[in-house]
Amino acid sequence: MHFMSASLIHEPKRIMKQSLSGRDLISISDLSKQEIEQILDAAKNFQKKPHSDLLKGSILASCFFEPSTRTRLSFEAAMHRLGGSVIGFSESHSTSAQKGETLFDAMKIIGSFSDILVIRHPSEGSARVASEATDKPVINAGDGANQHPTQTLLDLFTIRECQSKIEDLQIALAGDLKYSRTVHSLSLALAHYPVRLYFISPEALSLPEEISMELRKKGVKFSFHSAIQEVLPKIDILYLTRIQKERFLDPQQAAKAMSHPCRVLKKDLEKVKPNFRLLSPLPRLDEMEKSIDDTPYAAYFQQAANGIPVRMALLSLLLGKL
Amino acid sequence: MKEKTLSVSAIKEGTVIDHIQAGQALKIIRLLGFAANENRVTVGLNLKSHSTGLKDIIKIENVFLTESQAARIAIFSPSATVNVIENYKVAKKFRVRMPEAIAAVLFCPNTRCITNAETVSTFFTVEENQTQIALRCKYCEKIFPRDATKEKAPS
Repeated sequence: MHFMSASLIHEPKRIMKQSLSGRDLISISDLSKQEIEQILDAAKNFQKKPHSDLLKGSILASCFFEPSTRTRLSFEAAMHRLGGSVIGFSESHSTSAQKGETLFDAMKIIGSFSDILVIRHPSEGSARVASEATDKPVINAGDGANQHPTQTLLDLFTIRECQSKIEDLQIALAGDLKYSRTVHSLSLALAHYPVRLYFISPEALSLPEEISMELRKKGVKFSFHSAIQEVLPKIDILYLTRIQKERFLDPQQAAKAMSHPCRVLKKDLEKVKPNFRLLSPLPRLDEMEKSIDDTPYAAYFQQAANGIPVRMALLSLLLGKL
Repeated sequence: MKEKTLSVSAIKEGTVIDHIQAGQALKIIRLLGFAANENRVTVGLNLKSHSTGLKDIIKIENVFLTESQAARIAIFSPSATVNVIENYKVAKKFRVRMPEAIAAVLFCPNTRCITNAETVSTFFTVEENQTQIALRCKYCEKIFPRDATKEKAPS
């Protein structure tokens, strides 16, 4: 039982290094605005030159204790495109977690087999534990409903790509704001920029207090709404998330939330600004009409594709190769 | 002249923790393990206080608090004062000071937090917002009101 100064304890390991080399990425709050911009700039270069041997000889451990398609495959594709190798697993059933091995032990051992680790796990805070188990850089690819910082980086990259800037935009985040880790990470990252935020959700799925507290602390202008249509004509970006039914402890509560999704129809987009873009971390359920895919407003597939250059940039920077 | 009577008897040597927020004394005794040794502990609950209406008080004979013990009290009652008693007199008096962080003492109230699934030592940073005290879990990053956190058994 002990008490220590927060400034000594709360900092991630290797914090004394000023560059991203050797660092973990567990929470978007681990990155300064300058570091975010550095990653986005490097990603822009990889988008122009998507093949490289920069990470030849390096091994990525891809540790997915929870299902994933886009995130896992784009991390692995990014590593392959950089000339590196990948080891790992895509579900926890095939690991020693089934025999009762702790996450800490598993990550310590996997850390000794690899140069950099990516982890997705259903428990909140699991990636932070992983980062304490190994000296190798650990990237959080989603820890329960908590954080998904690399999704945020590609969200920011896509916003900057389709709007040519992030500053001074009107951005709405809609859907499951309570359990969507991408919303939590993106809101905190956007707090670095002078933007106006709108949050739209059913009441039971509103933004957690710790996120709105952080936004208030940083002086971000934001408001809460119950219908997307209230804000559509004035926004530049709509970030639409699905209801995360797998995160509900009570199935009846999940069914109730699913019956009131935030939905966008093609006809709703008739009055949007010409530069308006619809983003989604995907997968999607029925929160957007499929015919929106054919409009110039749909940016979500471009957003998913941006996962490769962004993750190439991140892997290269954390491994100290850029 | 009207003679004052003491609600809780005086002690010769030891510590009096006064102005504890009403309802927090038993928690503090548990948290700091005061009841685990043979020293006499006297507790007063819901005593009248000029400044706060009601207060709790703890008197522990032959025990002198360390700085970290005093900081732990602050988490449950920031208004508490510590009186060091020598030969029935107050030799030193100070207000408890909130620590910047608290490690290993509290459970995280978030059932989805990894600290409730694995043997991971908890760690909270203390965030004060005017009169409210909130604790932020280092792992799940959630913020909780102080009263929502339960303490672990003393080690």
